[in-house]
Amino acid sequence: MSPFATLLVRDVKLAARSGGSAALALSFFALVATLMPLGVGADLRLLARIAGGVLWVGAVLAALLSLDRLFQGDYEDGSLDLIALSPLPLELTALAKIFAHWLSTGLPLTLLSPLLALMFNLPPVPTLVLFVSLLIGTPAVSAVGAIGASLTLSLKRGGLILPLLILPLLSPAVIFGAGAVSASMDGLGAAGGLELLAAFAFGAVLLSPFATAACVRLNLGG
Amino acid sequence: MNWLFRYANPHEFMRLSGAVLPFTAIATALCIGLSLYLGFSAPPDYQQGRTVLILYIHVPAATCAMTVYGAIAVCSLLSLVWRHPLSDTAARAAAPLGAIFTALGLITGALWGKPMWGTYWVWDARLTSFLLLLFIYFGYMALWNAIEDETKAARAAAILALVGAVNIPIIKFSVEWWSTLHQGESIVSGKLAPVFLAPLLLMMAGYMLLFITLWMVRIRTAILERRATVLMQRGTA
Amino acid sequence: MNFDMSPYGAYIWPAYGVSVLALGGITLWSWLRWQWAKAKLAALEKKT
Repeated sequence: MSPFATLLVRDVKLAARSGGSAALALSFFALVATLMPLGVGADLRLLARIAGGVLWVGAVLAALLSLDRLFQGDYEDGSLDLIALSPLPLELTALAKIFAHWLSTGLPLTLLSPLLALMFNLPPVPTLVLFVSLLIGTPAVSAVGAIGASLTLSLKRGGLILPLLILPLLSPAVIFGAGAVSASMDGLGAAGGLELLAAFAFGAVLLSPFATAACVRLNLGG
Repeated sequence: MNWLFRYANPHEFMRLSGAVLPFTAIATALCIGLSLYLGFSAPPDYQQGRTVLILYIHVPAATCAMTVYGAIAVCSLLSLVWRHPLSDTAARAAAPLGAIFTALGLITGALWGKPMWGTYWVWDARLTSFLLLLFIYFGYMALWNAIEDETKAARAAAILALVGAVNIPIIKFSVEWWSTLHQGESIVSGKLAPVFLAPLLLMMAGYMLLFITLWMVRIRTAILERRATVLMQRGTA
Repeated sequence: MNFDMSPYGAYIWPAYGVSVLALGGITLWSWLRWQWAKAKLAALEKKT
């Protein structure tokens, strides 16, 4: 197996083993989706209107949960130094970690979303839009999140500052993703929002490895 | 680029800033004072009544908020790419100023909005972008404070600032797209009659000069503080 | 100068008030920190 694939498989396995980050993210996502109607009332029309936004924000927050551990585990036991020295360029390492994070959080969240959309009385077509938007958008969440994770990797309580750093940067994803859903609810067609989201996600996944690798280097190099 | 590096030397910077500071301070006071005089002397605007007075302190604050972030981004670039020594200090010194301008832009924007649109907060594209900018400033300052090693903190903050700089135009675009989606209101961007333009431009100049003045003061303070730290370390060594 | 703000006084004065407080405050604070830094450095240099 190529070094990239090895790292990828290793990280996914680690995520699955250590407290099941997918289970944690899914539970959090479902909980947010449960609390919202408790907060805003059970008016099904209202819930359908806010479903896109609520579920998008919930997915982003759920994906955030496991981000601060993205590099910290390897940093603490020294494996990150070894990984940095390996022939695999640090940028590709970052990409592998982003991909692994997405596989263990973003993708499961996306797969759960239609069920939650049902609880929000979201019609079928907007539900499909929501699913596609999360499918396209959660890689961006992992990518931008990786930058935050690498910036804070040397901090013991890095998890507290990480959301502050990356949530503003993720606002375009939430805007385009949830916007696509609400556009499709209004019969305006979701294509515009989805295209913009795809562009954002593409840019994020492409550029983040460079920023992430730079941050890892600065934290390792000292 | 060489002239920039000449003033990277802290001694040179102290010399230059010390000479320039009295002038920028006086210019600041003059611009702001004159603007206030002209602004309060003018008759009420046809459309906006006296609320145009709020515009005089809203627009400069908002403009400075963006400009300061631009300055931080440039300093971050200088720091990362060219290793310009004072850039990190300069960027860190500018951040609280930018945050204050952003907060003022939001507050004055809300106070202008209430008489104009009826509510304090409309999810107008510009105000929403500024709210996100405020959080970006907070994150930047928090990162500087969180990392203990100053050198590491400087590098991390510089990367964050540059990532933010790339992202901010995208955020602005996305928020504008979003506000057209929901047919939000847009700030009444009527033309201002010349009698109102003069106080506005003067206040804009005043705010910019205030930023430059305070920025220099804060960089000078940081340089002195660093010298003190060095002396203390030598004392205990 | 005309200070009659009706009926918008409740918005205009707080806007100016907040701006004066915030900008005045940061100006004062920055100047104070400068003074403290100068004093501290002078004290340290006298010792060495």
